[in-house]
Amino acid sequence: MEILVALIVAAFTTGGIFLLLKGRTFPVALGTILLAYAANLFLFSMGRLYINQPPILIEGVSSYADPLPQALVLTAIVISFGMTAFLIVLSLRARYEMGNDNVDGVDKNTETDIEEKTNEKADV
Amino acid sequence: MNHLVMLPILIPLLGSMIILLSKSLSFKTQRILSLGFIVLLIMASIFSLCSVLDKGDFIYQMGNWQAPFGITFVLDKLSITLVLLTSLLAFGALWYAVKSDSDKMGENFHTLFHLQIFGINGAFLTGDLFNLFVFFEILLLASYALMLHGHGKKRARFGIHYMVINLVGSTIFLFAIGTLYGVLGTLNIADLALQISNLPAENSAVVATAGLLLLIVFGLKAAMFPLYFWLPGTYSSASAPVAALFAIMTKVGIYSIIRIHGTLFGELAGELSYYYTPWVLGLGLITIVLATIGVMSSNTLKEQVAYLVLASVSVLLIAIGINTPASISGAMYYIIHSTIVAGGFFLLADVLGTLRGNTRDILERTDRFKMMILSGSLFFAYAIAAASMPPFSGFLGKMMILSSALPSSLSSPWVVLIFTLVLVTGLGIIISLTRTGTLLFYHTKNENEPIESTLSISIFYPIMYLFAISVLLVVFANPITAFTEQIATMIFDSQGYISKVLVGEVQ
Repeated sequence: MEILVALIVAAFTTGGIFLLLKGRTFPVALGTILLAYAANLFLFSMGRLYINQPPILIEGVSSYADPLPQALVLTAIVISFGMTAFLIVLSLRARYEMGNDNVDGVDKNTETDIEEKTNEKADV
Repeated sequence: MNHLVMLPILIPLLGSMIILLSKSLSFKTQRILSLGFIVLLIMASIFSLCSVLDKGDFIYQMGNWQAPFGITFVLDKLSITLVLLTSLLAFGALWYAVKSDSDKMGENFHTLFHLQIFGINGAFLTGDLFNLFVFFEILLLASYALMLHGHGKKRARFGIHYMVINLVGSTIFLFAIGTLYGVLGTLNIADLALQISNLPAENSAVVATAGLLLLIVFGLKAAMFPLYFWLPGTYSSASAPVAALFAIMTKVGIYSIIRIHGTLFGELAGELSYYYTPWVLGLGLITIVLATIGVMSSNTLKEQVAYLVLASVSVLLIAIGINTPASISGAMYYIIHSTIVAGGFFLLADVLGTLRGNTRDILERTDRFKMMILSGSLFFAYAIAAASMPPFSGFLGKMMILSSALPSSLSSPWVVLIFTLVLVTGLGIIISLTRTGTLLFYHTKNENEPIESTLSISIFYPIMYLFAISVLLVVFANPITAFTEQIATMIFDSQGYISKVLVGEVQ
């Protein structure tokens, strides 16, 4: 089971990094989601993998599943969920502001360079 | 009495909520509330500082769950100094935001501003690694929103860069936390240090990896080479008060390296003792060279100031790399100086941009503008301070760091390299700031009429206020350096930190 979980974490991480290196905002957002999955799964497995064990230490029980990583993962999931939502909204906003969904705001196909316009409209 | 520790965290949190609820009232009420909460925060921080000086450090066990089972908050000289610094800087930035109306450019500026301080103060005060992660996320989420405050293409573009790189950083943080928990079974910083000191040899490689993963995360926050590429764009495109507040954000990374790595991998850590310092030193030396090249090649004044922030961070990294009590003491002094000066410089760059009309802060020749003498004098003062020249505070800080390199245990090529690079890059910064000053104030098109401007002189008050802190740092240099030396001794005393937090746990 350990090897299976390790392989899943590896697959998520690989996919996440591959997507992060893409030039458009949507694959990048997906990449961060995959990376967050990998981190959460990794964090979860750090309490060691047990099946059919009580999560709380009580008298007469010597082997138990560690509940703390599960609490940590819960926090991490909530945070990454919120961050992902924000990233997607930000990507939409950037698409609206820049007219394309490239992470640098420069569309390779139309070669619209936003540099000049941004300098004019620079910070108010 | 013990609950005092939580005040610097609770006041901004409460402030942000109350400001959010007061949205139906007038905008002026929100501003008054916002400034009022910052003043309250400054008073609470000063009161905490006095209590720490008077009665020693405070350890707050959340819900009275004793460490390492509960979440611990630690109010000691290191954390309270940075909390006070944050609140002083935030006051200047907020004052400027109100004066320049830049808080009206978008929604909820004041709420986000206080949430940002909430996250920063929490990161400084927490004594738990996972809690540090949570506070990092709070300050990051507030900073994403603040960074985009006012909209615009440039902000959206650099906002995405900033957010994605920090999301990756958070993921690496989680991997590092998971690894440490998997090996050591705890996340309390003091308990981690204790476990690392009894670490079996076969586990030390895993813990070393986790430590370096943490260094990547903190290096990303501190903008250490090769993780600094987000900083110039983000800082120069954010609105001025936000950029000024962000000056403390890089110091959160520096603080985390000093606190987490300094405690976990201190002299108790056996073979892992201070194994990270060569990395920090080497990367700091690379960063300072690239930062200076950035300062010299910037197209706008704000970008130049952003690279100056980077240069100050690299001096701090070098100080951590030298790793003696004297160098850390110098670093503490330099943190206070560089944060205040960088914050004020961003505000000044914004005022100059407004005064120069359509040219904004782009570094090219333009007409004369109003209030040149006042803004020119302030630019001169800030440039001297930022270039770490006497008589202002940066000089003392840099001198303390450089003079600590000589008696340290570093081999002589390292010392020569540190001296050469720090001094030569200092010269480069002076030359490019001189060039900027000449271009802005002397090399103007005098034949035309001056550019009209409706700015009143009161816009300069927050800038003067921040500079006054830098002057006070020099005037009271003697007691302040005595204080930073105490901080440095405390940082090197990991055993003291462990026995403070884990009362009754240590044999």
